[in-house]
Amino acid sequence: MNTPDSTNTYPHAPGFVAGDRPRIVTSRFEYSDSYTLQRYLATDGYAGLRAALGRPANEVHDEVKSATVLGRGGAGFPAGTKWGLTPQGVFPRYLVVNGDESEPGTYKDRLLMERDPHQLIEGCLIACYAAGLSQCFLYIRGEMALAQERVAAALNEAYAAGYVGKNILGSKFSLDIVLHWGAGAYVVGEETALIESLEGNRGMPRLKPPYFPAAIGLYGQPTIVNNVETLANLPWLMRNGAEAYTAIGTKTSPGTRMVAVSGHVKRPGVYEIINGVTTFRDLIFNEEYCGGIRNGNKLKAFVPGGGSAPWFTEDQLDVAFEGPQAGAAGSMLGSGAVMVMDETTDIPAAALTLTRFYAHESCGKCTPCREGGTWLERILSRIVDGKGTDADLAQLVEVGTSICPGDFPHASSKRLGLDAVPFPYKMNTICFVGPSAYAPINSALVLFPEEFAARVTKRNMIPVTAVGAAS
Amino acid sequence: MTTTEPTPEIAVDPNAVNLTINGRPVAARKGELIIAAADRSGDYIPRFCYHPRMSPVGMCRQCLVEVEGPRGPMMVVSCMTPVAEGQVVRTETEQVKRAQEGIIELLLANHPLDCPVCDKGGECPLQDQAFSHGPGESRFIEEKRHYEKPIAISDLVLLDRERCILCDRCTRFADEVAGDALIHFTSRGNNTQVQTFPDEPFSSYFSGNTVQICPVGALTAQPYRFKARPWDLEKTESTCTTCSVGCRITLESSRDELLRYQGVDSDPVNHGWLCDKGRFNFESVKSDARLSNPLVRDGGSLVETSWSSALSTAASLIRSAVNAGGASRVAVLGGARGTNEDAHAWARLTSALGIDSVDAQLGDGLPADVLSYPQATIDEAARASTIILLAPDLKEELPILYLRLRDASEKKRSRILEFTAKESGLTRYAWKTVPYLPGTQPAVVASTLADAPISAQMATGSVVVVVGRSNLAESDEYTMAALDAVMTAHPNATVLPVLRRGNVRGALTVGLGRRDAVDILADAVNGEIDCLVLVGADPIGDCPDTELARRALAAIPNIIAIDTFATASSSKASVLLPAAAFGEKDGTTTNLEGRVTRLARKVTVNGTSRPDWMVALELADVLGHDLAMASVSDVHADLVSSNAAFASATRSALSAHPDGVVLEPVRSSSPSRVVPPAAERPGFGYRLVVGRKLYDNGRNVAESPSLAPLAPGSALHMHPLDLERLGAADGASVKVSGDRTSIVMDVKSDDSVQRGTVWAAWAQPGANIGELIDSTKWVNDVKVETL
Repeated sequence: MNTPDSTNTYPHAPGFVAGDRPRIVTSRFEYSDSYTLQRYLATDGYAGLRAALGRPANEVHDEVKSATVLGRGGAGFPAGTKWGLTPQGVFPRYLVVNGDESEPGTYKDRLLMERDPHQLIEGCLIACYAAGLSQCFLYIRGEMALAQERVAAALNEAYAAGYVGKNILGSKFSLDIVLHWGAGAYVVGEETALIESLEGNRGMPRLKPPYFPAAIGLYGQPTIVNNVETLANLPWLMRNGAEAYTAIGTKTSPGTRMVAVSGHVKRPGVYEIINGVTTFRDLIFNEEYCGGIRNGNKLKAFVPGGGSAPWFTEDQLDVAFEGPQAGAAGSMLGSGAVMVMDETTDIPAAALTLTRFYAHESCGKCTPCREGGTWLERILSRIVDGKGTDADLAQLVEVGTSICPGDFPHASSKRLGLDAVPFPYKMNTICFVGPSAYAPINSALVLFPEEFAARVTKRNMIPVTAVGAAS
Repeated sequence: MTTTEPTPEIAVDPNAVNLTINGRPVAARKGELIIAAADRSGDYIPRFCYHPRMSPVGMCRQCLVEVEGPRGPMMVVSCMTPVAEGQVVRTETEQVKRAQEGIIELLLANHPLDCPVCDKGGECPLQDQAFSHGPGESRFIEEKRHYEKPIAISDLVLLDRERCILCDRCTRFADEVAGDALIHFTSRGNNTQVQTFPDEPFSSYFSGNTVQICPVGALTAQPYRFKARPWDLEKTESTCTTCSVGCRITLESSRDELLRYQGVDSDPVNHGWLCDKGRFNFESVKSDARLSNPLVRDGGSLVETSWSSALSTAASLIRSAVNAGGASRVAVLGGARGTNEDAHAWARLTSALGIDSVDAQLGDGLPADVLSYPQATIDEAARASTIILLAPDLKEELPILYLRLRDASEKKRSRILEFTAKESGLTRYAWKTVPYLPGTQPAVVASTLADAPISAQMATGSVVVVVGRSNLAESDEYTMAALDAVMTAHPNATVLPVLRRGNVRGALTVGLGRRDAVDILADAVNGEIDCLVLVGADPIGDCPDTELARRALAAIPNIIAIDTFATASSSKASVLLPAAAFGEKDGTTTNLEGRVTRLARKVTVNGTSRPDWMVALELADVLGHDLAMASVSDVHADLVSSNAAFASATRSALSAHPDGVVLEPVRSSSPSRVVPPAAERPGFGYRLVVGRKLYDNGRNVAESPSLAPLAPGSALHMHPLDLERLGAADGASVKVSGDRTSIVMDVKSDDSVQRGTVWAAWAQPGANIGELIDSTKWVNDVKVETL
């Protein structure tokens, strides 16, 4: 029972390859019954919780802080520091788990919830214990039916077995976990929009400041919003300690992270890579991971961190998975989604696919995103249809500048002799959805101008003869 | 403890913030927004969603400015960013200009630009700012968004979603200010639109405000649609006298026709908001049913005549009544609907004639000495830590006062302790609502105030008692006794009397409240009144005891009525004089807190109508009493010099303070009061509660075509369980009987009514509940039977 079940694989999540790399969150993925309490308990399940409950809460908090568990949702803010932002003595305070994973190309949290829901539940328990949070809300994206089913079943098991509820494991610690299923809006992945949605309002981001919901969040109370993968790290961390955790990866980005690869690679899927060590070249070309580009084609470009991240090309293959490195190179690691495009890719069409998504998902609250996103989509689709003009190309940049003033980040290009513009961008919008609609266009225009030039209609100049010049 | 040198005289204000806007130093207050500070410094920042009376949302992004930050200049939205010490703000750099032009271009991308046929064109913030801060042209060549245009979102308001720029002003107003969140954004992204909920119109009493604050022509009001272009409108500032809140408004007319009222932001009163009744009842001013010439009864019918002949007939009626039995044979009712000058001229005339039977109320208010309690202003009430309501449903009677008190509760400044016989509009905002059965109010108030948690709350700060006539079917003495109970328990409490007629406070202050109208009418029934002058009063329509008013008027041989419309009472008149309406006369008015503001004439009078003050002066002249006044300014000057309460309300003071001048407090000794008996539970049937709805069959609603259909109509409201016990279905007709008579009404299930009571609205089209009210009784009980 304790050996991986190789006969039962998951056809919908290919790409996972067992190996001797450190595995913090995907350690149970090869078991076909990995989502059951029985399997979980047989593989160190809830041992991290037991270890945590045996220590004072502030010690657990300090341990997480010293491990520098970076948020895996996109911004990469250290979880331990985030927990410390809640004001003292204000109760109740909540943990909200952001399971509304909807960035294009990202599906790591879905797998974590489908295959190892108990690990997430244990992570929630540890986080609430350490940060003194009184209730946990687990927000799962509306479309993730299997994840919803598995987490709900796991939660029932956990309640029945006394891991969740009153006086957990005989301690004084009690916690309720409430499941909430979203209705399918991309912007709800933004933490304040998620809180609005959870409260029953329209999923629209709240205005900043306050920049973090830590002080005023759900129902106006102090609230910590953590990503699924962030919390899934905690059981391992509690079992093995911060020292073992920071031994993996680099000093500034310790541990591992899950990367969802899609596109033109031989073996797309979710891989647990080592922070700051594994490079994009390793991920895309290493046999251990994706095994190279399909059909032996050449790499044209790749999106390093979800649909809203500026694109990289082969020039950036040696960038390692570390936020500052990617930022300096002109993009971001974001939600850990890599989309690979080979030489056959139609770049303007690829940009249109992504832009269309963000234009559609705009919540409509602020002008630049609501009006600008759709405008970009319409200009670009005209260009893709071969009906665009040079003026349209210029207009794309103009509309983009109305959304994001100043230079938009992009990668360097040896081929074009371009230097990188580092992350982040400035924005005229409330949240990042508006800039995300422009990000793929900017990358495509900057890195592949010739593909657009070939696409636009060229007017033949009618030769003009000066009056009187004839004869 | 260490001693320190005393601080030097220069006190540092902890709330002062100094910043720089466009290179000039600006002093601001902590918490103030950059956009507000820039407004004061004269650096206009374009905006659409920002409104100083609502919380900022930062949605339109038009107000982007540059603020110097640790990492160079940052773009921030100035409507969301508070000022900070040493902040450096620039509103006119190239980057700011580029951003603002970009936003205008985006806003105009899907805007139809149908300005030539749009009501807003000419006064449109989008149009104006597209010129002042826009790029000058659009590069949007795609097809624009299309929606059905316009759709009616209520009986009064239409919405054109193509013009809408989704600034959240109307939706925010509905939710935040009015508390009627009946319009909301639906769909998302580029398809976001303002909508009502299915089958639920935006039937808010405050819907007209959304039209006024809409920064484009998306929301238009039915009564004004396509009536004028803004540049053809002439405007003058005035004060609404529909109710006694006294909201500041502008009267807007074109070609001598009133076309629109708009709210003016008056800090102590209405904050720029108006109720729909006040906003749209200008239609009644130009109604065809207005009286335009004097009428004198000749034989059985009223015949048109000249003013001089009508006035001499009226004078001879008064003179012969006085000659026959003295001044006590003459009575004057009314005067609360006009100006202070109207009321003062009538007070002077009645004094000169020695007439004592004078009342500006019609048995539907409170005793005039409610004004002798220590008074509170609206602002004081909205800042009080405890507001005690001994009042009618303010949402229905004084809607803007409702908004102010609702705001006080919502912003957590005040706690509302409500005593009521039926749940009111403020019940959901009240800290505690204590129900009482009519006839038990003083005892309930006294025992509630004795509760420890209540007195603990009352001890936290100032207490303001809002007091008015909450039930027309119950003696007003109960409310006065309840008020006395509060004042006994909390002698430092102040009182905001909420008498409802436009200038009732002014009329009472100038002396038009010498006897109770109910007593005067009772005298008339006994044949003791020979001549009755009705100054804009309709006892049959307004006196709660309809039977009493009808019998009294039948018993009076001669009635002189001065009114804008023919009414049930004026149809019995021997002389009927057409009066100038609101908007047709100058003067001043006094609101419920005693604030005197100016009222302006905007259009010429209808026909030969004259203002009430002029009628009084001319009658005085004919009767041989020279009051030595010839114009409205003479009357005002006489009022200021002869009445101590008005001493500070001089012409120059009113010109200097458009928000008005609050009357000097006048203290008089508290009169001895009848102590009403605690009423038993109703022996049979149900205790009757009669209140008001905003829209009724009063003339200025009934003669406004847009408002008249909004009156809900007559119905008997019963608690659903009482209805079940009665065995009547919701909506069925029932027989309602008092001691005198029975009427047939439709019954309505309403769980805001207490069990054991029934509630009916006053003055609704349909059966008249006044038939069942006997004003000689302390409380009125009725029997309800199925048909």
